[in-house]
Amino acid sequence: MAGGVIALVIRIIGGGAVLVVLLAFSFSTVLAVALHGDGLGALGSYDWQAVRFTIWQALASAGLSVSIAVPVARALARQDFKGRSLLITLLGAPFILPVIVGVLGLLAVFGRAGWISQGLDLFGLDRLSIYGPAGIILAHVFFNLPLATRFILQGWTSIPADRFRVADSLGAQPWTQFQLIEWPMLRALLPGAFLLIFLLCLTSFAVALAVGGGPRGTTIELAIYQSFRLDFDLGRASSLALIQFVICGTVAALAILIPLPRNDGHGLDFIHTRQDVQSNRIIDFGFIGITAAFLIFPLASIVIRGAIHLPELPNAVFAAAWTSLWIALISTSLCIGMALSLALSFARTGQTTQKLVEVVGILGLATSPLVVGTGLFLMIFPFAQPMSLAVPVTAMVNAMMALPFALRVLFPAIRDTYVDYIHLRDSLMMSSGTWLWKIILPRLSKPLGLAAGLAAALSMGDLGVIALFADPDLQTLPLMLYRLMGAYRMDQAAAVAVVLVAQSLALFWIFDRGGRRHATS
Amino acid sequence: MLHLNKVELTQGSFSLVANFTIQTGARVAVIGPSGEGKSTLLHGIAGFLKPTRGNICWAGEPMPIHPGLRPLSLLFQNHNLFPHLTVFNNVAIGLNPGLRLSAPQKKQVSLTLQKVGLQDRNESYPGDLSGGQRGRIGLARVLLRERPLLLLDEPFAALGPALKDEMLEVLDNVLSSNSATALMITHDPQDALIFADQAILVADGYASAPQPIQEFFDDPPQALKAYLGNRK
Repeated sequence: MAGGVIALVIRIIGGGAVLVVLLAFSFSTVLAVALHGDGLGALGSYDWQAVRFTIWQALASAGLSVSIAVPVARALARQDFKGRSLLITLLGAPFILPVIVGVLGLLAVFGRAGWISQGLDLFGLDRLSIYGPAGIILAHVFFNLPLATRFILQGWTSIPADRFRVADSLGAQPWTQFQLIEWPMLRALLPGAFLLIFLLCLTSFAVALAVGGGPRGTTIELAIYQSFRLDFDLGRASSLALIQFVICGTVAALAILIPLPRNDGHGLDFIHTRQDVQSNRIIDFGFIGITAAFLIFPLASIVIRGAIHLPELPNAVFAAAWTSLWIALISTSLCIGMALSLALSFARTGQTTQKLVEVVGILGLATSPLVVGTGLFLMIFPFAQPMSLAVPVTAMVNAMMALPFALRVLFPAIRDTYVDYIHLRDSLMMSSGTWLWKIILPRLSKPLGLAAGLAAALSMGDLGVIALFADPDLQTLPLMLYRLMGAYRMDQAAAVAVVLVAQSLALFWIFDRGGRRHATS
Repeated sequence: MLHLNKVELTQGSFSLVANFTIQTGARVAVIGPSGEGKSTLLHGIAGFLKPTRGNICWAGEPMPIHPGLRPLSLLFQNHNLFPHLTVFNNVAIGLNPGLRLSAPQKKQVSLTLQKVGLQDRNESYPGDLSGGQRGRIGLARVLLRERPLLLLDEPFAALGPALKDEMLEVLDNVLSSNSATALMITHDPQDALIFADQAILVADGYASAPQPIQEFFDDPPQALKAYLGNRK
């Protein structure tokens, strides 16, 4: 019994320590920011414009993503066709796609020199321009529409097929069926999906960095970066970071009240028996086709252009790829270490601690890399040259950013193992070591592989805190890509994008496949 | 009279052939191993699955295409009830799925709830009720709809013995007052003997013609013997 108590204490201290470190990391940076700045009074009208624009573009992006996702998910839920499961897999891709690559692809299709502009030019019409608000919202929809579609599709396919059969046999017409069966599902799901995407768009930085700018297209994140890198006005950067923290904190508090959607990847099969499959074919395939084109064309154009110009890759790409790789590996080990100790410590204890872990996850989502980056810079500045610590700082911040996703994957798996086998464990008098090494970890191999793959790919594509800290000599692949884009060397940028995507996908695949190979069921 | 005229039902690579007649008022147990097509047969009769060959007639007329127009009611093991609707509304959608009821219709719903002993739970939600009470809601809807054919897909399989017997009794009352024909899928020979007077075996891609139930169990076909093992 005493051993059990000691194990319990060790567990709580272990997990608690990680929690404390995490909270200290977020809050001390915020504290540094709050103490340094001149408060909100230091903000000028340009800054308030950025605040208004940030909220507005996040509302618009989330609203558009969710409202387009509803008919797309509905179409995918009731139509079966060749390539359906491939398309659903593709919907998962933007999540691990480096943001800067996606933006480059969107420019290739929607930009001034893009396909659509060239077509318009032929007819003597004005070329498109996606720099500014339109580009930011377009890119946010590009990244979040697939996410929203998968969440909502899962809601749709988790409706038991018998429920549709009952409604059909009662003679319910499509509109009545919608009210009776589908609307209750959407009403439960949409607020969380909207809030999650709103939060992601509030703290998104790379998109604003690449296509934002100007008084009408600057987000708070971009304004922090500008006052930091261009003006080296740390006071203003701190004030901006503070207001960003207040906004995100408020939204995160809301998120604790409204459950965010979960996506475990199960149950994305189509519904076999619906009566309205035939009559809606045209409109359904319209939505599916447009969404698929919206995802595929930008990516394909980058891959093709990059592959053609691969020989023109600058030599520096190898050093950049190497730096990116080991930042990703350090950040993945940190992230998995934190996620495992949190999940192992709290997975089987009561509701309150589970809520606590959820809150940590939401805090992670609401934490802006630039706010943490500004805070860390302020804390390091008096003692050392922050630029020289760019790599460890980036690895740590990337690990924190990936933590909510890793937790979401690991936590349910550990909890289920405890629920299913704890009595068997007790009746066999299994030691904690055996339990951990022979039962828990082998059973976790699949979710661990997935979580590590996600963390690695997210870190590989990161263009956040590194942009703040890097000196001109330090290159990661996303940073190099951004600099080439800034110099309008689009061919070389596309070639670097191909290397970056290949490296991210390879790393994701190795971890994910490694986990699956060792999984027994 | 329900007539399946050389009907073939296909789902992927699986197909089931049925060619038989069920007399009006008969109570038929549908028995057979898992995955051999019992539910497929019911889905075909209900109209969720179009036959690839043959046709299904009721009272000499081919069945309408749309499931909602067919002269039948359905009861599944789960998901008969909509969790966000009250008990009253869950029964009322049997009359009007849009829930626009006239005053006499509302009265009719209340009366039906009274018949199954749920008059005090009108405003409750299915989640607040016991398994037996939830079963009664589904049966109340069937009673209210007064369709001449009832299809049941293991509706009581998850209930304990006492509750199951109670449900079978309520079902018996419902069927008698509607003088309905019924087909019930069941895994339990005991239930089949209590409920049915005839039985259909679904196995090896074939649904046999109904047979008197006692005969069916006394001298079981080969496939049924394998399914039942040493239990009778």
